[in-house]
Amino acid sequence: MTTGLIDRREAIRRVSALLGGIALVSESALLAGCRDRSADRGGDAARFSDTDVAFLDEVAETILPETKTPGAKAAKVGAFMALMVTDAYEPADQKIFRDGMQQLDAACRTKHNTAFMAATPEQRLALLEEIDREQKTYMDGRAEGAPAHYFRMMKELTLTGYFTSEIGSTKAMRYVETPGRFDPCLPYSPGETIWAAHA
Amino acid sequence: MQSQTYDAIVVGSGISGGWAAKELTEKGLRVLLLERGKNIEHVKDYVNATKAPWEYPHRGGRTRAMELAYPVLKRDYPLNEKNLDWWASDQESPYTEVKRFDWYRGYHVGGRSLMWGRQSYRWSEFDFEANAKDGVAVDWPLRTADIAPWYDYVERFAGIAGSKERMAQLPDGQFQPAMPLNCGEQLVSDRLAKHFGGGRRIIPGRNANLTRPLPGRSPCQYRNACWLGCPYGAYFSTQSSTLPAAAATGRLTLKPWAIVTEVIYDKDKKRATGVRVLDAMTDQTTDYQARVIFLCASTLNSTWLLLRSATDVWPGGLGSSSGELGHNLMDHHFRCGASGDLEGLDDKYYYGRRPTGFYIPRYRNLFGDKRNYLRGFGYQGGASREGWSRAVAELGVGGAFKDAMAMPGQWTIGATAFAEMLPNHANQVTLDQTKKDKWGLPVLSIDCATGENERLMRVDMQNDMAETLEACGVKNVHTFDSGYFPGMGIHEMGTARMGRDPKTSVLNAHNQVWDAPNVFVTDGSCMVSSACQNPSLTYMALTARAADFAVGELGRNNL
Repeated sequence: MTTGLIDRREAIRRVSALLGGIALVSESALLAGCRDRSADRGGDAARFSDTDVAFLDEVAETILPETKTPGAKAAKVGAFMALMVTDAYEPADQKIFRDGMQQLDAACRTKHNTAFMAATPEQRLALLEEIDREQKTYMDGRAEGAPAHYFRMMKELTLTGYFTSEIGSTKAMRYVETPGRFDPCLPYSPGETIWAAHA
Repeated sequence: MQSQTYDAIVVGSGISGGWAAKELTEKGLRVLLLERGKNIEHVKDYVNATKAPWEYPHRGGRTRAMELAYPVLKRDYPLNEKNLDWWASDQESPYTEVKRFDWYRGYHVGGRSLMWGRQSYRWSEFDFEANAKDGVAVDWPLRTADIAPWYDYVERFAGIAGSKERMAQLPDGQFQPAMPLNCGEQLVSDRLAKHFGGGRRIIPGRNANLTRPLPGRSPCQYRNACWLGCPYGAYFSTQSSTLPAAAATGRLTLKPWAIVTEVIYDKDKKRATGVRVLDAMTDQTTDYQARVIFLCASTLNSTWLLLRSATDVWPGGLGSSSGELGHNLMDHHFRCGASGDLEGLDDKYYYGRRPTGFYIPRYRNLFGDKRNYLRGFGYQGGASREGWSRAVAELGVGGAFKDAMAMPGQWTIGATAFAEMLPNHANQVTLDQTKKDKWGLPVLSIDCATGENERLMRVDMQNDMAETLEACGVKNVHTFDSGYFPGMGIHEMGTARMGRDPKTSVLNAHNQVWDAPNVFVTDGSCMVSSACQNPSLTYMALTARAADFAVGELGRNNL
């Protein structure tokens, strides 16, 4: 997990997005690991049940709900988060993520006297707005190499999972597989969405 | 039974080897083209070229399993889910790092011509004269007048999009129409013209992507998925360009899975007679004979092969009599520059995914400028509107946040320098006799580091870009130096340099090994200095030039 490197990576990404030689630094490569991984397989924290995936779907749907376009749940973001944590996260980050699911639920019980899965969409949103501020403050102030906040992980995976999905690419954004031409300068009107990436 | 004697053998099928095969077959020679890895057929084997992002389980990202399998490749961007099969297996291709050296390889037909960045720039007279003027290493044995006609020739065939700029340090070429700057880049380019006495310029990147059709190839469709292989043949690769031309002559034999273990040398005739090939699939060894041999296996692989050849005559290998074989390894150092926000264009966007960006040609240590280091750097960068990934670091959750993040964000602009690395005798490769690969070959040991000149230059590489952007009204400018280790530029050069004197160089002015004139080395290993321009176009020109010379010499019975 590389949330600690995002600011620097973001700077590089801006630069590299249009460079032939290093064009492979795509938006989804934000997930790419940088630290060495000593273990090749995660422990219990890497295993996700259907209940876990349903929980992650609801977290993702709260972050990116259905609006005039479909939400994260429709794009199966919960399953994507589970896959990425299992396959791409190192064990220490898997544990942070896994413990974070419990912390999020516990925070919901403290704030709303109810489990997250039983909470209303309004309660969930209020909770995650609070946790989002907490993670932002923590992430902006943490030392280089310090562990990432679990909710930054969830948010990054949700955004990546959604905006690289078919629904995110074609419904929330505009996806053109073969543009056929390059127009270097076009008028832009507010409300027009991003051109989605292909590769 | 197939004949084992050919007129010419070409080792390696990447950018240089493809050119050698094309030129030699078109000039009437029967050519055996050897490639150590698998075949990849044009279009048919571009299995991911039309896959949508959501069809990859990890959406193109990397997994722990991939990182375990590719301990070198994982060090930078090449390790990814989308074209993983096109990068050489680190486990099957070990090497020894005396100091960290990132060696990113493509072991298949086409080599790295399938994955290359396609930036294509001529070298100038400043570059060919630099070593002699600075007293660094040895002089290049040629000047622009020797190579300019060959640049012309290869540009017309390869198809280079670019704009004529009349800049002495970056000569114009035989260009197809350029891929234009977008409105953000154009705005900054226009403003930059009023600063620094016009010495710093933002121009469209020059790239080997077609904007006009060529025989058998379609113009770019602006998908920006080149590294997956182009179904339109719109960028230059061995597969799209040189291999079909060579095959059309009826004189080409392409042999994949053919690992050349040594060049066979006849010490009485003072000529190579052929090559020994280990079949990677069957482990069978076969000797192939030819009158002329082109080594185009990539910089370090051609030198690795020379180090293993003719050791009964020269313990240091074929071409080692000068004491320079394996030495003077170079790359381009980069990952250092600046970026910032561009205001006033919120009502502007673009359409299509252009597979290039802008270029700022070198201006340091030219035209009277004098720094505390030698040589200089160019910049490659781009402007674009931010995408959804900006949302990760922003505060916000919920519907309004989601809809806002689906809209294009701030215009940003940035660039990284690509910088010259001086040749240094101490930067060398040798055979590591203590370690063998799975075919029993002693692996290559690499000992290479940047020096004080590069360190001093990196200060300018950051600060200049920030100064340039700020002068053009760019806001929130941040410099970056993401760190660099030799090899990361994937522009390995040197280790079998050309020269004017057999006592100080491995190759002569026509890329002939001084000690074996029917062996030509025309990939990056021949380079005497690195300049700061991307080198592949120069390999193409040198290869075509050497092939023309070789065929002439054959006709004159000189080889």
